[in-house]
Amino acid sequence: MNEMDEGLGVKGAQKEDKKEDIRLIVDGKRLDGRDFEELRPIKIEAGVLKRADGSCYLEMGRNKVVAAVYGPREVHPRHLQEPSKAVIRYRYNMAPFSVEERKRPGPDRRSVEISKVSREAYEPVIMKELFPRSGIDIFVEVLQADAGTRTACLNAATVALVDAGIPMRGLITSVAVAKVDGVLVLDPMKEEDNYGEADVPFAFVIRNGRIESIALVQMDGKMTAEEMKTATEMAKKGAMEIYSLQREAIMKKYGAMEIEEE
Amino acid sequence: MGEEILMDIKKDYVLSKLRDEERIDGRKLDEIRPIEIETNLISKAEGSALVKLGDTQVMVGIKMQPGEPFPDVPDKGVIITNAELVPLASPTFEAGPPDETSIELARVVDRGIRESEAIDLTKLCIEEREKVWMIFIDIHALDDDGNLIDASALAAISALLNTTVPAERFGLGDDFPLPVRNLPVAITSLVVGDKYLVDPTRDEMSVGNRVITITSDKDDNIVAMQKSGSYLLSEQKFYELIDVSVEKAREVRELLKEI
Repeated sequence: MNEMDEGLGVKGAQKEDKKEDIRLIVDGKRLDGRDFEELRPIKIEAGVLKRADGSCYLEMGRNKVVAAVYGPREVHPRHLQEPSKAVIRYRYNMAPFSVEERKRPGPDRRSVEISKVSREAYEPVIMKELFPRSGIDIFVEVLQADAGTRTACLNAATVALVDAGIPMRGLITSVAVAKVDGVLVLDPMKEEDNYGEADVPFAFVIRNGRIESIALVQMDGKMTAEEMKTATEMAKKGAMEIYSLQREAIMKKYGAMEIEEE
Repeated sequence: MGEEILMDIKKDYVLSKLRDEERIDGRKLDEIRPIEIETNLISKAEGSALVKLGDTQVMVGIKMQPGEPFPDVPDKGVIITNAELVPLASPTFEAGPPDETSIELARVVDRGIRESEAIDLTKLCIEEREKVWMIFIDIHALDDDGNLIDASALAAISALLNTTVPAERFGLGDDFPLPVRNLPVAITSLVVGDKYLVDPTRDEMSVGNRVITITSDKDDNIVAMQKSGSYLLSEQKFYELIDVSVEKAREVRELLKEI
């Protein structure tokens, strides 16, 4: 399977191709030794780029992504300006070398879709009305991909937005749940995504330390309604863990300024 | 400008009706518009369907030809789904390369068909690694009165159901019917405050593009999902929508069984 197809891809990606000889759960553990509800190791660093107004480098397992925020700034072309609020733009892009087989540079259909749903996750959260006629640009680059890049990018973008000082109603935190070998697992890695039965990326809005609503949800694969509800609960727990790491990364950079805790 | 004012008026109307649990066209909140499905209208295509969902009209044509398989699935046919939102279908559609809306539409429809394993792709292998059947699902919007996604998904599966693989034309033996073994149905709802409207019309969409599409298969499995639009969805609503979508899909699926 081509790595470009990670998560909700359409190319050759056939979930039915689950090879009989590939077992994803062995002795109650996942291939990388994780428990079902365990995240991959996450590393987050805020403010890694000089030119951007806000930025973040993030690793989630073998995913390596970098996010940058520019703005609020003037919108070009000007006809895209909104008289009463800021325009949010989100560009998800994969580096050609981020996957096994070189990805042709530029936006493909998958990137366009990811950019759209990711932007729509942030639009109700960013306080756009404070910046009429201006634009806030969020750029995320996938440097290395290993399933769950859209979730890693959303997590990085949130930290970059905070780093840029963009006022938001809450923080976006994202994680996926997959169904592999008949069980639900948190934060699937490459093999689980390729040969699993279903993949459900979520993004939540976290406000005052608790999950308030769903900002993004997509799904492909096969799952019962009950499993979908269990998956949501599992994703919420994972999201809370990621949330504390996002906060930690922000506090690490700004903690010295003694920001008042809510 | 006139359009904008009109949208505001419609929005107020939709919302005021909704306060009394009513919809502007008199439907129940979870009621789908009348559906008409006509198949085999395009003899040049291997399969086709015209779906009318209320006043929304979508035509889907299926074309097939032999082609190279993807290296990771050398023994399976290939599905390629494309959507064109032609300017004929709405004053807001513009000619040109597919924008994010049409890409999303095509991909959500594709996901339902692919993930429900609606087509038995192993039966579409001609020569492993060399030649397989390619299925082109082309979605052509004709009239957008809201909820193009559900109409397109329904037209796509309807067209597939009456598709004949044109083997003779390519000197590959006898023609045979496309092996379809599942019936995915997409149900889209508009989320308004703490309520939701199943199968929203264009006028109802004036309250904002806040929808979620949930596709389920003949065994009530969820096979595809897409939250679309700038809004936040409560968990409670999400769970309700899953249940109502599966239930509504069952109703629509009955129509497919008559094809």
